Amino acid sequence: MAFILRRLLFYIAAAWVALTLNFFIPRAMPGNAVSAILDKFPNLQPSAAKALQAMLGVDHAGSLWHQYWAYLVHIAHFNFGTDLQQYPASVSQLLGETIPWTLTLVGTATIIAFLIGTALGIAAGWRYGGWLDRVLPGLMFFQAIPYFFLALLLVDLIGVKLHWFPTGTGYSGGLVPGWHWGFIGSAIDHSILPAFTIVISSVAGWMLQMRNVMVTTISEDYVVAAQAKGLRTRRVVFTYAARNALLPQLQGFGLALGFVVSGAIVMEIVFAYPGIGLLLLSAVSSDDFPMMQAIFLVITFAVLLANLIVDIIIVFADPRARARGADR
Amino acid sequence: MTTAIPITTSQPADLIADKVPGRWRRLPVKAKVGAGLLGAFVLAGVIGPLVEPYDPAYQSPNPALSMNGPSLLHLLGTTQTGQDVLSQLLTGIRLTLEVAVITGVVATVLSVVVGVTAAFLGGFWDELLSLVSNVFLVIPALPLLVILLGYLQDKGQWPTIIVLSVLGWPWGARVIRAQTLAIRNRDFVAAARETGERTWRILLYEIVPNEISLIAANFVNTVLYAIGTSVALAFIGLTDLNSWSLGTMLYWAQSQDALQLGAWWWFVPPGLAVALIGTGLVLLNTGIDEFGNPRLRDAGNVGKISGHRLQPTSPTPVLTELAAERSRMGAFVHSFSRNSLLDGKDGRP
Repeated sequence: MAFILRRLLFYIAAAWVALTLNFFIPRAMPGNAVSAILDKFPNLQPSAAKALQAMLGVDHAGSLWHQYWAYLVHIAHFNFGTDLQQYPASVSQLLGETIPWTLTLVGTATIIAFLIGTALGIAAGWRYGGWLDRVLPGLMFFQAIPYFFLALLLVDLIGVKLHWFPTGTGYSGGLVPGWHWGFIGSAIDHSILPAFTIVISSVAGWMLQMRNVMVTTISEDYVVAAQAKGLRTRRVVFTYAARNALLPQLQGFGLALGFVVSGAIVMEIVFAYPGIGLLLLSAVSSDDFPMMQAIFLVITFAVLLANLIVDIIIVFADPRARARGADR
Repeated sequence: MTTAIPITTSQPADLIADKVPGRWRRLPVKAKVGAGLLGAFVLAGVIGPLVEPYDPAYQSPNPALSMNGPSLLHLLGTTQTGQDVLSQLLTGIRLTLEVAVITGVVATVLSVVVGVTAAFLGGFWDELLSLVSNVFLVIPALPLLVILLGYLQDKGQWPTIIVLSVLGWPWGARVIRAQTLAIRNRDFVAAARETGERTWRILLYEIVPNEISLIAANFVNTVLYAIGTSVALAFIGLTDLNSWSLGTMLYWAQSQDALQLGAWWWFVPPGLAVALIGTGLVLLNTGIDEFGNPRLRDAGNVGKISGHRLQPTSPTPVLTELAAERSRMGAFVHSFSRNSLLDGKDGRP
């Protein structure tokens, strides 16, 4: 329990670093949102700058310290400011519409990829030098492909040429989003191809990592001893070797998560999936800084939360951790 | 990046250092294939722009030459505006590799400096530096890069290189710190200290040369990260869109509906180039890993170490970190890290 609490404090510290970076970057950088808009619309009088500042909430009233405090208070109330592009919609309102899509798609697909990859890694590591181990270098090709490029290929082959799955958007036009089967079925149908992309491109990474830890673990004395005792292979593989190899694998999962999520979000753009990726693309192309910054915070918080969950799983999965926790 | 868990070993340095003829033959096949793939692309990047048939930015005024499939005149077809895809590809490979290699060098130097410093200072400062790198490891880099580059747009490739380097060091620093901790108490370091060598000389001439294979692996990893991330950022449109890199090619292909128009010759070559360069790097890295850690070598290669058959039963590389002596402050900071889970009651593993 003490461990989880300490980790929680660590993640709060990390979140604070992200918040602080997010606060100071716009103030330290040469360009800013106001001048970006002024550049875009040369007709605007320079005097419009003040009005724009007030509208965007970047009018520099009070000391830096004052602004910083006001900013933290705003964030605590999920107030990320007004969106530039779809004015006057608020950023948090737009985010609220897209987060469920991304969370469902990327979350589910990543967990599936992790489970498949870990299982394959166990198999490859147990029989290292076997056929599964030998195809691994081939799988690395998929690991090296940018997510969005694989998405382009899949859309072209499966979506456009074969018409197996719909591409683009999250559900068929004409459906009203809601909890009814027509919509849910259509949403699942539209998410299969993006999810498949995530699984294909991330599974090799999890597999390679698990395989490497597995290979190291199975030459430990206790695994040899378990085999010598004549235990069933299944028991040796899963209870003795894989269970211990899983701990570093879970830690790696936590660390790689940010990378996987970022890749998946860029991939959403190719599918025109109504998630954060598309929002990010439109924010970038229209210099919509409030939105970019809010997306950074949201993704960071999600990754931190996922890491905390991984920590909790580690504590429950590792008897050593539980034993030590009880000691304290 | 989902690479292998860093495993500290002590053998790689002497294995790599001795220059025996036929060392190339003893390299794992994976490393050879990887090096071959990379070599081909580096060659394409170096001589490509000299031999490319057209100016990559040249827009053909002839409407009949727009969106043409591969032909003898244009080996990889043309874009919407009649630009030659092959020429763009060759220029793009060069620019992408340049950005990635410079980023790799800068970020690797940063991670060596931070990692070695942390391990050598020890105590509180070590834990503090580790805490900082852990924080930056857990904050996702891409969205942060998006903001930074959003504010630094249209200023050429340098913002991308700088920002990628600044965010690319923590992973390497962790690995190198662990390795430095493992070797800093070895006899040869103690001997150097006894003979009165200055600390910086010990670091530069005793410690760092013994970590060369780890640093090389870290460099390869960082280049991989730089290619993946810079291409993704360019794909979103966060770079100088008038330059030709593999990422900007993909950006234009996507934004000009190459996909919907079925112009596969436009988006497949740059993407495939990124994937193949990446595969080369991953293979090379796995090769380096196996070279240093016999346990990861597959059965076919086991026999190839120094001529006689060796079974991978040498002492297990230690996965848990070696604990440096911690001050009370250091132990306090350390207790917030994930590794503290494996500590005993007294704060040592």
